[in-house]
Amino acid sequence: MAGPETVTTNSGHRGLDLAETLIFELDSPGRCGVDLEQAPDLPNRLGGLERTAPIGLPGLSEPQVIRHFVRLSRNNFAIDAGLYPLGSCTMKHNPRLNEKMARLPGFADLHPMQPVETVQGALELIDSLAEWLITLTGMPAVAMSPAAGAHGELCGLMTIRAALEAKGDAREVVLVPTSAHGTNPATAAICGYRIEQIPADERGRVDVAALKEKLGPRVAAIMLTNPNTCGLFENQIIEIAEAVHGVGAYFYCDGANFNAIMGKVRPGDLGIDCMHLNLHKTFSTPHGGGGPGSGPVVLAEALAPFAPLPMVVRDGDGLTLVEQKSEDLGTAGSFGRLKGFHGQMGMFVRALAFILSHGADGLRQASEDAVLNANYILARLQDLFSLSFPGPCMHEALFDDGFLKDTGVSTLDFAKAMIDEGFHPMTMYFPLVVSGAMLMEPTESESKASLDQFIASMRHLGQRALAGDSEFFAGAPYLAPYRRLDETQAARKPVLRWQPQAKEAAE
Amino acid sequence: MRYLPHTPADRQAMLAAIGVKNIDDLFADVPSQVLLDAPLDLPMHAGEMVVERALTAMAGRNMPMGSAASFLGAGAYRHHVPAAVDHLIQRSEFLTAYTPYQPEVSQGTLHYLFEFQTQVAMLTGMDVANASMYDGASACAEAVLMAHRVTKRDKAILCGGLHPHYREAAETAVQFIQFEIDARPADPDAFEDMAALIDGETACIVIQTPDLFGRLHDLRALAEAAHDKGALLVVVVTEVVSLGALTSPGEMGADIVVAEGQSIGNALNFGGPYLGLFATRQKYVRQMPGRLCGETVDEAGRRGYVLTLSTREQHIRREKATSNICTNSGLCALAFCIHLSLLGETGLRQLAQINHGRAVALADHLADLDGVEVLNDSFFNEFTVRLPRPAAEVVEDLVPRGILAGVPLSRLYPDNPAMADLLLVATTETNTDEDVAALINALREVL
Repeated sequence: MAGPETVTTNSGHRGLDLAETLIFELDSPGRCGVDLEQAPDLPNRLGGLERTAPIGLPGLSEPQVIRHFVRLSRNNFAIDAGLYPLGSCTMKHNPRLNEKMARLPGFADLHPMQPVETVQGALELIDSLAEWLITLTGMPAVAMSPAAGAHGELCGLMTIRAALEAKGDAREVVLVPTSAHGTNPATAAICGYRIEQIPADERGRVDVAALKEKLGPRVAAIMLTNPNTCGLFENQIIEIAEAVHGVGAYFYCDGANFNAIMGKVRPGDLGIDCMHLNLHKTFSTPHGGGGPGSGPVVLAEALAPFAPLPMVVRDGDGLTLVEQKSEDLGTAGSFGRLKGFHGQMGMFVRALAFILSHGADGLRQASEDAVLNANYILARLQDLFSLSFPGPCMHEALFDDGFLKDTGVSTLDFAKAMIDEGFHPMTMYFPLVVSGAMLMEPTESESKASLDQFIASMRHLGQRALAGDSEFFAGAPYLAPYRRLDETQAARKPVLRWQPQAKEAAE
Repeated sequence: MRYLPHTPADRQAMLAAIGVKNIDDLFADVPSQVLLDAPLDLPMHAGEMVVERALTAMAGRNMPMGSAASFLGAGAYRHHVPAAVDHLIQRSEFLTAYTPYQPEVSQGTLHYLFEFQTQVAMLTGMDVANASMYDGASACAEAVLMAHRVTKRDKAILCGGLHPHYREAAETAVQFIQFEIDARPADPDAFEDMAALIDGETACIVIQTPDLFGRLHDLRALAEAAHDKGALLVVVVTEVVSLGALTSPGEMGADIVVAEGQSIGNALNFGGPYLGLFATRQKYVRQMPGRLCGETVDEAGRRGYVLTLSTREQHIRREKATSNICTNSGLCALAFCIHLSLLGETGLRQLAQINHGRAVALADHLADLDGVEVLNDSFFNEFTVRLPRPAAEVVEDLVPRGILAGVPLSRLYPDNPAMADLLLVATTETNTDEDVAALINALREVL
């Protein structure tokens, strides 16, 4: 009997797997998927700058466009379809209520420059979300405008630098652990700081002795992720904070992993001065294939006067937006502006819907379940896989490629085989402090049955690797919409856009 | 709690499998003095209906643009978004996927990013575009940083017609490195000779067209002057629909084009999330910030796409990266890509003509009012008018009549008395003749 590998089709489609070309190759000049009125027939006032050259956009009808994008969508894995244990990314359930709320015309159809009395409900929403974030983190202030996690880091470091400059001492160095996200050192560099690395100790935590050696009057800040990127709580964090403050430096916390500690630990109680929250991770505003995100930054009292503009403030009975530096309104020290207008309102609505749905009890339960799920994976895989550091872990479990030594199977190969098992691979090769990292973050959204199935598949693959079936792994995935893509070729001769010539040559 | 699958029995079974007694055994690394033993003093969980009621009440305390005759612009524009766009971007596979790190199961995202990059390059008249930035203002800041890297020079000149938020974002971005910003004063009544300001220290000159006041700029001479001095020309576009009617920045000699893409496919959302567009010349591609999607093949020889040139990026290069950006505006880029696919060449050009034609008609009506002066010689869908009294007051007066008359320039330039009487008025295909009549009649009464 013929198997799926041997059946070829005339169309290039394979059953429900429908091949799709580029929109530019579906072009029929003059066709349009939108019916528009006639333009008023008046002399133009374009100052002689009217377009004369064609743009080159293809013409498609609405059904063609719908079919095109529906077909494309079917080539994506998604959290709605299956377990997505991408460590450090918190791929949790995205409630549809949040989408519905964000589309209320009272939020979605507001112009950012409307008179403030016509947007009181929007300012109230921002203020409510800010209050929740402040209470959850135990910090006194929050800057809402950063557009993503890395943007939040930039906000945090700029706030710190502005506060230090106000004291006349900007300092030179930011300390970053070797396990940090790449955005941490990249951010510190934009703020004019030199980066010095702090090694991890044998327990996967910051080497506190090495840290203390580096601390001194040159150090502006430390950027530390907690729970850290090895999925572990930095249990000496209070001692670290005291040491950092002891030399007049600030403690920046990367809050990417806040999902482990909502309602369990308040960063403000740990001595943290500044931390960003990824609303698109912890509070489930969807990732959307790479954004948009939102990265509010909670701030200690000493840093609050330097926060970016704009800010929402109480003004008598109502709320108003402070958009300029002003002595009267306490924004004279602000370090500036990070983006246009007032922040990621659409994400704020979704995050608040998520938060109100969970409440204080649900958020705490969500963190507990996220930690429980990660530890369950850890417990059920640790005999077969190489656990990098002893548990318990927080919301993600870190393994390395030690168990694959001499099997000829790499972390990458293993990840690709997971795709055939119906799972999105875990985060691979990050953090950098272990060899061939496999960082698994199941989140609270997974049921026990779902985790059991994942664990069974992982054990199956682990045993197959140990049995020496490296050829199988090297060829994986076999059952995905696409086989392995050639990334080397893509980088060597970058083709970053479609070119009209390509179409002519094909004809 | 409807989002959490575990039953108490599941939790017990899992704790037993782990070999601990209770959940706090898993939090053993948290110093005991900071581990909270009860939920915080905040409201408890709530059902859909309760949450919906609370948020709908907040939404109800706003005045949506669609409920009024609205003429606001200044970098954010209300356009009609076809129903298909919002339907498609809410497909689970797009909405709930992460950044496409595993290309074999992310071809949906990568494929549209490649199409998006091509569309942006075509519209701007440039060679290449990235997979998006946060918004136009932050993209402008990144353009200045890129010009600094490319030219190794330490000064940018920002034209007076640049949106103040873009100017402030650029000033903010470079304030802690060795770099100087020469931000020229805004003057809605006159033009400064920008070419004369460029010298051998200039990394780039940043000019917006249509500028904040709505005026259009022929950039050819400025591009030549910049290139003669070894500087880059950065062109900012805050209303991307204008590119359907206007000579592209690329044709006029731009080296980097940054734009706000919200106008195509994306709602106003009170200012975010928006969509930063970033395009440049092929020769500068390795100095670009942000994600790039590139074409390749899979092992079976099928054409496919991957994120590429990542050696520029923070997760590889760390402190030597071209930018710290990681998450961008993926789903907004998808909305843009779908809407522009629906419009196509014919639709976009027609849409731009409608916008411009409506603005011409509105400008004529306004110019007929006593005491009202239209300042612009040229414009696309937005222009500046001088009123006989402070524009902010006029805007306030018109709110109770259900009219959002425009953006008073005093909101963007509160310290500049010359802006007090100026109102920025924008119109798009969404404005009806009745909207225009309501505005004109109301102005006639309050002026």
